[in-house]
Amino acid sequence: MTTPPLLQVRELSKHYAAPRSSWLKPRTVVKVVDGVSFDLAQGQTLGLVGESGSGKSTTGRMLLRLLPASSGQVRVDGQDVLALPMGEFKPYRQQMQMIFQDPGASLNPAYTIAQSLEEPLQVHASELGKAERAERVAQLLEQVGLKAAHGQRLPHEFSGGQRQRIGIARALALNPRLIVADEPVSALDVSVQSQILNLMQDLKERHGLSYIFIAHDLAVVRHMSDRIAVMYRGRIVESGSRDQLYGSPAHPYTQLLLASVPRMRATVQTPQAPVAPIAAASGGCAFIQRCPRRSPLCAEAAPLQREISPQHWAACHHA
Amino acid sequence: MTLAAHLLDVQDLHVSFNTRRGPVVAVAGISLQVAPAEVLAVVGESGCGKSVTAMSIMGLLDPRKGRISQGQVLFDGHDLDKASRRQLDQIRGHQLAMIFQDPMTSLNPVLSIGRQLIETLRRHLKLDAEQARTQALSLLEEVGIPAQRLDAYPHELSGGMCQRVMIALAISCNPRLLIADEPTTALDVTVQKQVLDLLDRLRRQRDMAMLLITHDLGVVAGYADRAVVMYLGQLVEQAPVNELFAAPAHPYTRALLNAMPDIDQQNARLPSIAGSVPDLHERPVGCAFAPRCEYADARCREQPPQAVEITPGRAVRCWKPLNETQA
Repeated sequence: MTTPPLLQVRELSKHYAAPRSSWLKPRTVVKVVDGVSFDLAQGQTLGLVGESGSGKSTTGRMLLRLLPASSGQVRVDGQDVLALPMGEFKPYRQQMQMIFQDPGASLNPAYTIAQSLEEPLQVHASELGKAERAERVAQLLEQVGLKAAHGQRLPHEFSGGQRQRIGIARALALNPRLIVADEPVSALDVSVQSQILNLMQDLKERHGLSYIFIAHDLAVVRHMSDRIAVMYRGRIVESGSRDQLYGSPAHPYTQLLLASVPRMRATVQTPQAPVAPIAAASGGCAFIQRCPRRSPLCAEAAPLQREISPQHWAACHHA
Repeated sequence: MTLAAHLLDVQDLHVSFNTRRGPVVAVAGISLQVAPAEVLAVVGESGCGKSVTAMSIMGLLDPRKGRISQGQVLFDGHDLDKASRRQLDQIRGHQLAMIFQDPMTSLNPVLSIGRQLIETLRRHLKLDAEQARTQALSLLEEVGIPAQRLDAYPHELSGGMCQRVMIALAISCNPRLLIADEPTTALDVTVQKQVLDLLDRLRRQRDMAMLLITHDLGVVAGYADRAVVMYLGQLVEQAPVNELFAAPAHPYTRALLNAMPDIDQQNARLPSIAGSVPDLHERPVGCAFAPRCEYADARCREQPPQAVEITPGRAVRCWKPLNETQA
């Protein structure tokens, strides 16, 4: 039997009931995440890209059960962890950690850094004594390029980049196998961003970590990811290896995204013809209103994922 | 009055703020010029003073906190700091307009966008209600907003649409210079391109100069004629955009360019800049960038370098500027 990949996500969805426009009308459902599926192997990084509201952060949060999923499965080593009671989920949760966009807001301002880093150890590694915990904290700080003495300081004494290092140290505290990083560098300046990206790559190599790297910056995602999934309105519209996705993007939305990024070097720009307005079609492709390649078929049926070349998938009738 | 060669001429601008930890110099001697119809980009990381520079030019500094402590801002030859209230009203809003990073908070949430446009037009251009309405509709059309949205409120519009409304407001009085402070930072990448393309089209049609403040070097490359790079309240480099990207002369500029991942190719590891931007209260004695610079020597750490013109239109503030072979 082959061992299942570290993470298998199947048909993961998050639906919210929208407020009624009138009590005479039926409730409508907003599908924030709608049937997202992907695999992630140990030691690999999957980049999740998309614009705001595409559901990429919601997906990340559901993986760790920080947000309950409406339906779908998240299998870790083949075990569906969404179906487990919280008590049985705890050992899995240890292996899955998160790094947030704003490390300032995710650290308790009244705790010293050492206290913040010790907390997960107290919860999940209660067998450790006080001295062992202190040793682990010092080790964690050094791993992320800080000094052990920094543990005695409070979060406000650190710069944004240093705070993100602390956020990473906390995520590493329990030796996770998977880290979900939600826009980890988008609040940082360019000069600091590269330090954090390099640190994340070093840690990945040293610990064999897997990342779900959520970001809107397409250049950063290319730099960090082995595979990339592009989300649009709650669905994955295209997924493939880094070279497939950036080298030969198949979905018109991916092509639009890549063409929109301002380049430092002059590139051949194909001017995009404006797309004539069209009414939204329920049941059709979600991208139809912005798509230059739409046809009558797109209004009738939502496209399914098709494998257009090995391991390169796109949900488009015309890809 | 003599005819000014520069539309905007900022000379040795110093801006200081009072903080709980004492006064701090956020802008320490900036000189820059914008010619008519030119786009000058101001680039730098957070805290480098690029927004403070823009706010000082617009006269929008909160007088209880910050003030221009030295230097002057000349607009079309007029010293804005010494201008009377009346002269300022003539310039600001008319000839000099500004758009901000967050369009949602810059619009009045309880007035429809039409009302905000019409009010501006009536006040500044002294139009009657009917003329102002017609003018407002044509402005909306110009920025790509359907006429039926005239009565919409800001919360009913997306971020990109709100920024288009801000642009319509800013250009309503035909300004000669538009200051755009991170106009697309809060927007998604596809919307960012639309808004930048719109600004680019408008400024060409109207021969409007632009001061484009951004941290995104890609935006600079695509939309500006010249750029100034700021670090810790000072200009470290000034150059035409193509020269800046082809052969950066200041080590900071080059480090910034290298530290950005390239979307069009795969790089194994990013060359990064050590450390972080120092606190303004702890400005280094010598060159501001010396503590993080790989070429810094004793002189760099002890004596602040002056800006030196290396070729016409190019200046660099560095004791050891990079030559083209190093770059």
